[in-house]
Amino acid sequence: MRKRSFLLGTALIAAISPAIAQQKSVVDPARIDAMIKSAFPTAPADWQPRLLPDETMKQCSAYGNSPPKDVFAAIQAREKATIQYPADGKFLGDWKKGEALAQSGFGLRFTDYPPGNRVNGGNCYACHQITKQEVSYGTIGPSLLEYGKLRKFAEAEAKAAYEKTYNLHASFPCSLMPRFGANKVLTIEQIKEAVALLMSPDSPVNK
Amino acid sequence: MTPREGLLVVLCAAVVAVPLLAPIASADDADTEKAIEKYRQMLKEDPWSNPGLLDADRGEALWATPRGPKNVSLEQCDLGKGPGVVDGAFAELPRYFADADKVLDLESRLVWCMEKLQGFEHAALVNKPHPAAGQPVKELGAIATWIATKSSGLKFAAKLDQPKEKETLALGAALFVRRSGPFDFACTTCHADSGRRIRLQGLPFLSSPEEARKVIGEWPAYRVSTTHVMTMQHRLYDCYWQMRMPELELGSDASIALITYLVKNADGGEISAPAIKR
Repeated sequence: MRKRSFLLGTALIAAISPAIAQQKSVVDPARIDAMIKSAFPTAPADWQPRLLPDETMKQCSAYGNSPPKDVFAAIQAREKATIQYPADGKFLGDWKKGEALAQSGFGLRFTDYPPGNRVNGGNCYACHQITKQEVSYGTIGPSLLEYGKLRKFAEAEAKAAYEKTYNLHASFPCSLMPRFGANKVLTIEQIKEAVALLMSPDSPVNK
Repeated sequence: MTPREGLLVVLCAAVVAVPLLAPIASADDADTEKAIEKYRQMLKEDPWSNPGLLDADRGEALWATPRGPKNVSLEQCDLGKGPGVVDGAFAELPRYFADADKVLDLESRLVWCMEKLQGFEHAALVNKPHPAAGQPVKELGAIATWIATKSSGLKFAAKLDQPKEKETLALGAALFVRRSGPFDFACTTCHADSGRRIRLQGLPFLSSPEEARKVIGEWPAYRVSTTHVMTMQHRLYDCYWQMRMPELELGSDASIALITYLVKNADGGEISAPAIKR
């Protein structure tokens, strides 16, 4: 039952998109880009890329996060190519560090500079239920309770979780989740830690 | 203890309970929410104890005080219903202003008046316009708060039927869904569905008229966690901060377009500013 509800949750990610689909924009995207540029006049040079969407985000915005089949496939292929894998071939790091980064929302806001010795967080709890112990969790993403247990702790599932955390658009184009690896929000090592939180048999996620 | 002193005690308790760092927020949130709920209840019993009204009073005095290089008051400022007409003006904003040849929201219209009538420098008016946590809302925000209270109880009724108004509305709708930045966020990441939360904080579905009508009229609002009034321009600035975007300029075309889109969605919703927010 739980497994079914989880799979249902996964299917929901794909299904949510049509539910919130907006009408395809009739406004000239170049005009919008210019408006955004002038709305953030104090943005330093190295922040300029933040103002413009890449091709994938352009397509997601244009189709209200519900792209037609051909665009869907093009995004999958493009985003899959961004995924870099751990050099040691292992997908599980230290789940305790994963729990810490799941709690932390630090990083990349204009008040987070200079970051000093603080590292970026994944802020996973902002959107996901993850452990029973943490009751302050958001509901934009599906619950991840018993994530590894439901998948019998399979190695292939650990790899899939790594890929999803690195870049979810490779499997679910126009998902709301940040591309943590592809956008360099988290390091490969941190993504392994997040995967360990989900997939380690001794992680509180699976207790 | 007078009711007002009692209120301050509850307020201080609520503020202490608000975790300074969101990531370590947990069960404390429930206690915080309870304390704020008690506070809201006390405000209902005595609406004049809303601290945001002190800022509205300050705003009323600022409106009538000769200021700026030209040493004139804002009493000839036209908020859309004629020079000096404040009652009900906020309920019909944003709107197209022929003198500016632009659609303006309340705050950008005030900037326009402060610049043209009082002679303030535009750059100075939009430089660091929002208060830090614990600091009172700045002068522009105080005036905006007062003007909003002068539409309290009315319903949003911006006409938005002029060509430039329609254009601004379409731009706002497009901005609302536009994703960019290192997290790929758009307004729709958080506000395109009902019943979603970030941690324990509920998120209004702002494209839905039903939900927009409930919340848009609450701004400018008094925020318990930061102990000051936060205006709608400040609210958007804070959204973009969280979206990992740079600092949104007050009165930028994008900010006005987004506010126009939100107010249009909230059309018919009651104005209750300044409301009390977390």
